[in-house]
Amino acid sequence: MKITPQEISHVAELARLHMSQEEVEAMALQLDDILTYVAKLNELDTEAVTPTTHAISITNAFREDDMKPSLPREKALVNGPKQNGEAFVVPRVI
Amino acid sequence: MSLHRLTIHELREMLDGRQVSAVELTRDVLQRIEKVEDRVKAYITLDPEGALKRAEAADTELKMGTGGSLCGIPLSIKDVLCTDGMRTTCGSRILENFVPPYDATSIVKLKEAGAVLLGKVSMDEFAMGSTSENCAFGPPRNPWGTEYICGGSSGGSAASVAADECIASLGTDTGGSIRQPASHCGVVGLKPTYGRVSRYGLVAFASSLDQVGPLTKDVTDCALMMNAISGHDAKDSTSVAQKVPDYHKALTEGLQGMKVGIPREYFIKGLDPEVETAVRQGIKSLSEAGAEIVEVSLPHTDYCVAVYYIVAPAEASSNLARYDGIRYGLRDKSSDSLLDIYKNSRSSGFGDEVKRRIIIGTYALSSGYYDAYYKKASQVRTLITEDFKKVFAACDVLASPVTPTTAWKLAEKIDDPLSVYLSDILTISANLAGIPGISVPCGFSGAGLPIGLQIQASHFQEETLLRAAYNLEQRLNISHLRPENL
Repeated sequence: MKITPQEISHVAELARLHMSQEEVEAMALQLDDILTYVAKLNELDTEAVTPTTHAISITNAFREDDMKPSLPREKALVNGPKQNGEAFVVPRVI
Repeated sequence: MSLHRLTIHELREMLDGRQVSAVELTRDVLQRIEKVEDRVKAYITLDPEGALKRAEAADTELKMGTGGSLCGIPLSIKDVLCTDGMRTTCGSRILENFVPPYDATSIVKLKEAGAVLLGKVSMDEFAMGSTSENCAFGPPRNPWGTEYICGGSSGGSAASVAADECIASLGTDTGGSIRQPASHCGVVGLKPTYGRVSRYGLVAFASSLDQVGPLTKDVTDCALMMNAISGHDAKDSTSVAQKVPDYHKALTEGLQGMKVGIPREYFIKGLDPEVETAVRQGIKSLSEAGAEIVEVSLPHTDYCVAVYYIVAPAEASSNLARYDGIRYGLRDKSSDSLLDIYKNSRSSGFGDEVKRRIIIGTYALSSGYYDAYYKKASQVRTLITEDFKKVFAACDVLASPVTPTTAWKLAEKIDDPLSVYLSDILTISANLAGIPGISVPCGFSGAGLPIGLQIQASHFQEETLLRAAYNLEQRLNISHLRPENL
């Protein structure tokens, strides 16, 4: 397994992270180490094994679709880096 | 007398008997913090005024006889749990100025029980780490030797308890983050069963693994904290509607008839001989207390780190997508396009370890790799869980080390992430399987560093686990020891 710096740059783009060339190269080596280690999972035959996504077997937790108290708008907006009292403000996208 | 050295149950009697007031107690703990904090560095945010106000309110309740089970008890809180009006940073620059507009459910419950919140304690950024060195605001130190790590990610919780900078603390555990620092700092730390304690208001790292739990000075306090925080919560659909027993009541019965399994795979190559000796001594104490010791096998133990370092980063990469500079947290002011806001805010706000895990997780979930990594890891997770099922048909609890070594020196392993990941090998399986695990102090190394013994039990068997832990603690009689040189 060899992870290339190009692959790291692609994944960083997907994760919305900027990385310098130096960071990309260091990350390629570290990720390669980690994935080489993780490859030990291939020693196990898991063909017939059901994957676990949840440690406790509970089924969907449904509730009545009733109105419940929730955060008032001004409190929900209070941590917004830019907001106008009604909504979060972002640069024009269209 | 030093009030800050006492436990919840000792102080409960004194507060209820009006021998001491909550304000006196809180002042005493705040003075202790003032005295040692420049060496321990456990706190990110300290709120003396708020704490004293709550202590005054607690005194009023105590006078009227209406106080809850933690009325007037000063606690520290890991900085990953949302506290209404109190800054919650997660140890990250990206949330440096985040003040939550609501309380996590576990915090609501502590407040309802009358607890006094002193402030928020240090941790690895977004709980990613095993040393607390990944904290953007500097690492906390081990009170037993301030040149050593205190463990992580709930390092500030463990350090603040060990240094008597609080009476007890609340932490979180995703792969050992309560038990490992508890072990390194010589305090008691319990990761409850997944679903036992609400995760609402806990800033998510890996949602299928995260669990909130107490770090305390002894097992009795641990049971008292569990009584306060456990239970179903409509706001957390993964919390389980199962009756909460009185954990405190369960402690004092003996261990006659209890079977303690010793998982052979937990006594691995690389296990420090001093750790092994102390843990074997602890197991002997369990046997002297009446337990039957049986050797058992968890054959897939060796795969748990590999599973964890796919599953946890995968979940993290998705959970941390929310830090985009739009609704809360850091926003890069120089950016004028949406994409640049995302990238620049995230790149300047996240530290190296967080970026590393986002990259691992994004890679593992990306097109073409999902089956090879995430699906494969989730299948091996099933095998690990089945190991536990089989073992718990043959014994009630498992006893083992918590970590292969005692605490190492600060900065010693900072450039070697994989070796730090591997040090979590004895704690990760419990999170993958969702079972409870506790670290109880069982001895010291020649260098004077604490060693913990881990007890694990089947889902929702915290009573059995705490009973074993309590009996061990009574036999060893070392939980009251504190670092004297601090």
